[in-house]
Amino acid sequence: MSPTVLIVLIVIVVIVIGGILIYNGLVQRRLRIREAYAQIEVQLKRRWDLIPNLVNAVKGYMGFEQSVLTSVTQARANAVAAGGQGPAQQASAENALTGTLRSLFAVVENYPDLKSNQNVLNLQEQLTTTENQIGFARQHYNATVLDYNTGIATFPSVLIAGPLGFHAEQFFDAEPEAQQVPTVDLSNLSGPTAPPSIPPTVPPSVPPATPPAAG
Amino acid sequence: MQGQATQDFYQQESANRRQSILLVILLTAVLAAFGFVIGYAISGTWQGGIVALLIAVLISMLLSSLSYFSGDSLVLSVSHAREVDSTSAPQLMNVVQELSIAANLPMPRVYVIDDPAPNAFATGRDPRHASICVTAGLLQKMDREELQGVIGHEMSHVRNLDTRFLLLVATLVGSIALLADFFLRFTFWGGMSGRRGRDNDSGGGGGALVLIMFVVGLILAIVAPIIGALVQMAVSRQREYLADASSVELTRNPYGLERALANIASDREPLAVANRATQHLYIVNPLKKFGSKSAGLMETHPPIVDRINRLRALTGEAPLDPQAAAGLAGLD
Repeated sequence: MSPTVLIVLIVIVVIVIGGILIYNGLVQRRLRIREAYAQIEVQLKRRWDLIPNLVNAVKGYMGFEQSVLTSVTQARANAVAAGGQGPAQQASAENALTGTLRSLFAVVENYPDLKSNQNVLNLQEQLTTTENQIGFARQHYNATVLDYNTGIATFPSVLIAGPLGFHAEQFFDAEPEAQQVPTVDLSNLSGPTAPPSIPPTVPPSVPPATPPAAG
Repeated sequence: MQGQATQDFYQQESANRRQSILLVILLTAVLAAFGFVIGYAISGTWQGGIVALLIAVLISMLLSSLSYFSGDSLVLSVSHAREVDSTSAPQLMNVVQELSIAANLPMPRVYVIDDPAPNAFATGRDPRHASICVTAGLLQKMDREELQGVIGHEMSHVRNLDTRFLLLVATLVGSIALLADFFLRFTFWGGMSGRRGRDNDSGGGGGALVLIMFVVGLILAIVAPIIGALVQMAVSRQREYLADASSVELTRNPYGLERALANIASDREPLAVANRATQHLYIVNPLKKFGSKSAGLMETHPPIVDRINRLRALTGEAPLDPQAAAGLAGLD
């Protein structure tokens, strides 16, 4: 076998092996995205399940605030419906739901009986932690999407990604208006369940996932 | 901010794997040398020395395995930690759950120390066998955001295997101290029974053994604090800076951790259960030494003011003003 043929064969083998490694890497990254998305869905579902309990707990006390309660219930229904429609749709519906919950908790602050009700406090903590877990799950999801999108866009993976069916995935974004901090006056709160002061700036290098919500 | 911290993170992770192995090898070598010397001294032959060396290597492997697999239980029980769950500490468990999701790690076991001094540590040989421990004081004195920052710091230690290396350090240093103790006690026994007027023949051989044990014990007793000090130098304070940065990377919020560090450091109560072997595991040095300069080489933790200033730099804020810094200076 002449040296030229040998060299050509070796080059071909190297290319094929390289291709396999790249392919496997992309598949792994894509699977991580699916896994991260499933995590988000688990948390979202948890929130959907908590909300009816919360609404029931406060309903008796808050006779005059029906509109707030109705908007929460409606937003929840929308979010459940948006469940199967992909990250962008789902993100938008879930962000709307977060907004209504914030309004609800702001209103709860005006009812001292409710504020000290242990049931409500427990639910509040549950919802707070669910909000945070959604936020972190989303953060992790966006990190996996970033990793994958970078993988298929960089050389040499970019050469084979398109033909092999690897396309960019969507981030689980916050809508621009949802990044507005709601103007709720909570300045007279104290104690361990006080909401954090939301930092004034979001570092630009971070994918635009909203920081954990109230609480 | 994100890129550099992530790079440092992976570097630290590899360094921890390496250093853990090196530590075990070093311990084995030291004990083997001791064993050989003792064996040779007792038997007067090379073969005797080799046999003792092998026994010492066996002991060392036993010690290392115990440290690696059960070291975390030891540290937790020495610190009088009790395990909690979502019924006994719901908010704490929730916060740990949140950070586990952020870090993409399995949920660690969570413990509480019943002490009013606020502090926290993490231990465990890898993320699947990890435990995070906080004091009751921390739960009382921190708000949710600050607690998140602290737990984020501890999860970062778990994630990059700091806990593995620091655990081996804690238990191996502790076990050398124990060995020293053992050898010295052996001497007193042997010495005491010798003084009760035993037969000179048996006393002669026994006497030599006792003398050797005494010398070994003495050497270990001298060496243990030196090793402890060397280890403190090796336990790089970089780890704490990196864990702070990683915590912010997880929570996307430096303010919680910043406030937590300031609050923990300015709380003047010492933590009763902490000692020299476990001190480096905590987020802020629990053995408060007010007035001493913690920039010294022998310190396990970097100065609080530096840690806070680095956190402030992450969001482009100015460092602490001199008045605030003076208030926290000398506290670590």
